[in-house]
This record gives sequence, C-alpha cells and structure tokens, in this order.
Amino acid sequence: MDRRTAIKWMLTAAASVAALRRDSFGADEPGTGAPAVGYGTDPDLLKVYKPGDLWQLTFTAAQRATAAALCDTIIPADAKGPSASSLKVPDFIDEWISAPYDGHAADKKTIIDGLTWLDAEAQKRFKNDFTGLIASQKNAICDDICYTAKAKPEFTKAAQFFKKFRDLTAGGYYTTPEGMKDIGYVGNVPLATFDGPPPEVLKKLGLA
Amino acid sequence: MPLITSNKTQPTYDVIVVGSGAAGGQTAYTCAMEGAKVLMLEAGRNYDPVTETPMFQTNGQAPLRGGNTTDKPFGFHDATVDGGWSVPGEPYTSASDDPERKFWWWRARMMGGRTNHWGRISLRNGPYDFKPYSRDGLGFDWPLRYEDVAPYYDKTEMLVGVFGTSPGMENTPDSPPGVLLPPPKARAGEMLAQQRAKQLGIPVIPIHRAVLTVQQDANRLPAILHPNNPKAQRVLADAMRSRAACFWATPCGRGCSIKANYQSTTVHIPPALATGNLDILPNAMAREVTYDGSGKATGVIYIDKATGQEGRVQGKVIVLAASSAESVRILLNSKSAQFPNGLANSSGKVGKYIMDTVGASLNGHIPALEDLPLHNEDGAGGAHVYVPWWLYKEQLAGKLGFARGYHIEFSSGRHMPSATTAAGMEWITGGSYGRKFKEDARRYYGTAMGFAGRGEMIPNDDSYCDLDPKMKDKWGIPVLRFHWKWSAHETRQAAHMQKTFAAIIESMGGKVRTPPTEGRKAIEPGGKIIHEVGGTIMGADPKTSVTNQWCQTWDVKNLFITDGGPFVSNADKNPTLTIMALAWRSSDYIIDQLRKGNL
Repeated sequence: MDRRTAIKWMLTAAASVAALRRDSFGADEPGTGAPAVGYGTDPDLLKVYKPGDLWQLTFTAAQRATAAALCDTIIPADAKGPSASSLKVPDFIDEWISAPYDGHAADKKTIIDGLTWLDAEAQKRFKNDFTGLIASQKNAICDDICYTAKAKPEFTKAAQFFKKFRDLTAGGYYTTPEGMKDIGYVGNVPLATFDGPPPEVLKKLGLA
Repeated sequence: MPLITSNKTQPTYDVIVVGSGAAGGQTAYTCAMEGAKVLMLEAGRNYDPVTETPMFQTNGQAPLRGGNTTDKPFGFHDATVDGGWSVPGEPYTSASDDPERKFWWWRARMMGGRTNHWGRISLRNGPYDFKPYSRDGLGFDWPLRYEDVAPYYDKTEMLVGVFGTSPGMENTPDSPPGVLLPPPKARAGEMLAQQRAKQLGIPVIPIHRAVLTVQQDANRLPAILHPNNPKAQRVLADAMRSRAACFWATPCGRGCSIKANYQSTTVHIPPALATGNLDILPNAMAREVTYDGSGKATGVIYIDKATGQEGRVQGKVIVLAASSAESVRILLNSKSAQFPNGLANSSGKVGKYIMDTVGASLNGHIPALEDLPLHNEDGAGGAHVYVPWWLYKEQLAGKLGFARGYHIEFSSGRHMPSATTAAGMEWITGGSYGRKFKEDARRYYGTAMGFAGRGEMIPNDDSYCDLDPKMKDKWGIPVLRFHWKWSAHETRQAAHMQKTFAAIIESMGGKVRTPPTEGRKAIEPGGKIIHEVGGTIMGADPKTSVTNQWCQTWDVKNLFITDGGPFVSNADKNPTLTIMALAWRSSDYIIDQLRKGNL
C-alpha cells in the first residue's frame, strides 16, 4: 500500500468511527461494526480453552472462597456427581464476570455485590463469613433469597443475585464431563443408525 | 484453476460470481460443470469445514461454556467466523431509531457464507407461493410458476441431499420418487407433539433438511444431474463418494467435517474446483460492477483486504450472489452517466421490497417428558419434524385477519448441556438449591420445548434499503441504510403463532412459560430470522422490476443476480433451497446464452 492510500484509508476509518459515535448506537444495536475486544471474530474453534486463557480472572481470594462455598451449597456432591467447586465451577463464574463482552460487566456487579452482601449477611446473622457457616446456617440465608418471586422486599436484590449465581453454577457444572453424566446426557457419540426413542420411552409416553 | 491471490487472476473470465454461499456456490458449480471459466470473489477468508469444524468439542471446552458473544453471536462453536449482526469496520445503519423499525443484518464474511451454519431446512415454495397476488390481491406475482422451478428443486435436492417425505399436502409440494433421502425417526418430544397436535387439527410431518441420512447414490444421480456431460458426472460422483452419511452427533450449525450436511464449502465448491474451471479469490470485497456505457457490464472492482488495494477483474457475464442486500449495495455503488442511481436501476426498484421472515416463539415445560429413561436424542443435528401451514382454506375465506401462512419449527430433547442448562428453572422448581436442585436438574432436563413460527411477510413500500448518505466502511465503500416496517398482516400472524404454540403446549399437558402477547411484542425484529430476500425483484415489466425470470437485469443483459434479491415474495418456506434452485435455473440460461453468443 502506498502512503497516499494508507492515509486515505486511515481517514476513512476515522470518519466511520466518528460517524458511529455521532449516531450514538449502543453496543447491543445492530450493525455498529464496533471492534472486537474479546477472542475476536475468528478464534480457533478446535482448541480446548480454560478460564483465564483469554482474559484475566478478577476474583479476590476472599471472593473466590465465598463463591466456592455458595457453588457447593447450590450443587453439593451426591451419589450421581461431585460438587461444583471440585469441578472448578468458581473459575468459570470468574471467567464469566471478567469477560469483556456486553452484559458481563453488569453480571460482574451483580455477582460481586451479591458475594459481598452474602458475607455481610453471614456476619450479621452468625458472626462469621459465609464460608465459615455450617450447612443449616447457609441454608437459613439461602432460603430467604432462593426464589425471586417469593423473596421479601429486603431480599429482592439478593434473590436476583442468587438466581444469576445459580444459573451460572448450573451452566458451569453441567458442561463438564462429570456434570453431563450427572444430568443424563448420553449423546455426542457417533452412531451407525438413529433409532429414535427406545420402547420403554414410547410406553411411558403412551406412544407405543 | 484453484484458490488464488489477486496477482494470479486471468485476464478475463466467462463468468465472474460475487459471493460463495448458496447462490454463489450453485452458480459457480453449474457454470464450471458446464465448462465456463469462472472466477468467484469472496469477501471473507477461505474456510475449510473438513479441518476447521469443531465436531465433538463440548461446551465445557469453549470460552464462557460456548455462550453467545458479540464476536460469536450464535455461540462459540457456531460455524460462522468473521460474521454476525456486526462486522468490525463494516457498519450498516438504520433510518429510524425506533427499535421496531430497525433491520438486523447477519453477514458471514467467509467462504461459503451463511450456508456454513444454517439450519439446513429445505422447503419448496408451492404453487400458491409463486402467484400470491393472484390468490389474495397482495404483493406481487412472480414471472414464473411452480412448474418452471420444480425440475430445479428436483435437481437441487438430489445434488445437496435432502431428507423428507412427500405427504401430498396443500401447497407443500411433494418431490418425485428417488429424489428425497429417508427421514430420520422422530424424537420423543416430537412424537408426543405429533400425537397431541393432531387433536387440534395441526399436522406434524417429517421436515425436509439438507442432511444425508444415507450416503448419496453416486452411481445413479450424476447422470441425471448432468446428462451428456461425462466429465461433470465423473467429478460429481467423486464428490458424492467423499460425503459420509450423518453419524447422528454434533449440531449442524457447527458445520460438518464429514460433509453429511449441505454447505457450499463441502458440496458446491469442491466439485466446481475439481473441474479445473474455477478460480476463487478470497478476501476480495466487491465494491462495484464496471459498465462500458453501451449496455454491458465489463467486470468487478474489488478491495483486496490483504493489502487494502483496489483490484479489477473482467468477465463476459457478471453474477451478483453476495446476499440480497449486499448485491443491492454493489449495484447502488456502481454509478455511471447512464446509471446515476446505480447500475441496472432504471426502474428505481433496486433496494426496494426487502423482506425477512416473520418470527415469533413460545416455550413450555412438558411434564410428560420428565424422568424419561435416558437415551441419545442428538439425531440429525436439528429438527426431524415440523408443522407445515395448515389453514389455507380458513385464510382464503378471510377468517384469520392476516393473509399469509407460517410453518412451525420446534425443538425438544436432551441437548448437549450448554451455559444455560438447568438455568431459569425457578418457575417450575420454586427456587430449589442443593441436592433438591440436582434432582430437579435431572428431572427437568429435556422437558422444555420451544416452538417457533416462520411466516410469510408481504413486501411493502416502507421496507427497503439505500445508501447511507455519509457513512462508509473501512474500505471506503458507502454502506447500506435500512428502512423497515411490519404491516398488520405480519404482527397479527405473530400473535396467531403464539396462541397456536400455547394451544399445542397445553395439548401436551404442558405449561406455557410466558403467556402469548400482542403481535407487535411477539414479532422478532426485521432481519432476525436471517431470511433477507428482495431488493432486486424479478418481474414481467422492466418498469417495475429489476430482473426478468432468469435473474437477468433488464438494463444490463450480461448482469445477473442469483441470490435472494430477485425474490418477489418470501413464502414461509425457508429461502435457501429456492435460492439454489433459481440460481441453477439462471445458470443454465447463462450457459445457453453464452453458447448462442448472446451475452
């Protein structure tokens, strides 16, 4: 590219950006052509990624510990699968709230504010951080915030945090090999034929 | 002839094709198979599904568990790269700030374009769909009939491989024997919907999708598709033998490394390249079609994205297949003394009558599907059944309050867990956590069913695109500005969709998650269904249309548009199969006219 073309090109690009600002399109608007800030529009789709590979994680040690305790309150170990924290679900939540994409900053505020509230509430009720509580004490708090539709007005915000946190915990957990097994996903294997639902399924549905 | 760079183009070509998706792929395929020397320009990079498709990657291996981002709007493993609702440095604008009047434009700047990730739903337009004005007095008739296109539907289905059945339903055409591949068995939720919807008079039948449920018959089909052309037959037979049948795993939206589904990059382009008659120039952003001032297009000016420099190529025939809106943009940017408002635009209709598909959806929880014995429901990576439009008579009698129909697509089953698995369950669990939550997650996994309507929009004067008077993209090319408005035909249809979905969900003993609402709230924004067509409509009159029935522009006889642009209406049937059938038909015409020395 010669210098004149390069300058013309740069000016055009600058004009486009200025025009975008002038029209004040938000980030969730169609067609803004805003530059990417995350993994870009052409990432390696075959690679295996883990939290922290693409952008820095941002939990403090204390936040991570509280998050882990809450993860395991939501998804503890049972006969069919391990606990959420043992599968590094807190790392996924950290990845999520630290991501440079639309909406993630809002989720970060919800999660960080919620974890802070959780420790404060634990102190208020039981003079301890959430991580130091016994199960019945954790449940006492969670019972007040686990259902947004039924939460008392003073717990509205905490319930919204809990809802978001539970969704993230589930998404993080059930996408692991152990979580997929736990929930009963048996696909993602090549088959010679697709036979449809087995007889016992048809029978249960009254379709046999 | 192969994949090339700017400095390797030939001095001239028989046919230059702009675009490499369904339209560009089919056009290049047909022309190259018939011996024409073809150059394909693609604005994005080369893309090879065989080596790049994440076939068995799990969401747990992806950033954000595979969730949507602005970089990958349909999720991390979606096949689309360098594309989406926004393309960095390549904006488009809306004339209105009103969200109801904005148009969303999905572009895929990559070899094969949007065919890499599409849903593979391959429905034929029926006889009514080509003559909608004659039927109800709205919109326009096409200058051709179903019978004119039917042989090309046959050929396209045989070439790309489409499964389905021919149940003989109204305006839902059958395919002749030996054309379709056998449909896969329905999944549990699909079968339950079929049984219950029947009581409502709603038919659930096998869908048609471009997925090989069995391998294609490479001994039989090539001779049917390319009679008297032994070389094309040989090339196609080899290509068909290189495609495997579906192995019933991994979603089609990721693309398919075993070539079991159709995408231009696995089905159209490889045999076209194997003829030796096709050059492909990727990273070439077409800016304008050049014109000789006396009735003929001479070539294409493009920006080489690798260098930012302008390139020029020459050809006897120029075919725009860049997606309907992008082809409009190229025409409007091709200005000359004879065509100050854009090439082939003496009618003033370039950019007019853009259409999308009407979309509305509703989700429900189906208790009958709880705790079903575990089994693999991956299937053919998408729907196995659907509901074709079933109320033609009621509609014609004026009983519905909207003029055109819709079909219903739905999803069920235990999909591979994603970032949203077991999320948003409060409304059925009452907010469980702990061991109870884990039990609930198992119990309710795969019990959600989502119903989505895909309906016909009638073209209107308020939905069009033109050039933004000021904004240019980073290549210095003026960008499109969209104008959009749904009419009451579409919003009433959207409301009807949601009521129907609620009735189906309830017939299955299910609970609707969010109740049906009014049409203006139910309807998806324009463009969101990614069925953008129109903008260079075909017709019988040069004063009111841009092309004739051969997708040949009235004004410039060696200039063709084979993408969705010439669509005169946008039936509820997903447009891709019709785009390919019409592109094949136009390409046969191009070859014939070239041989006769008319172009």
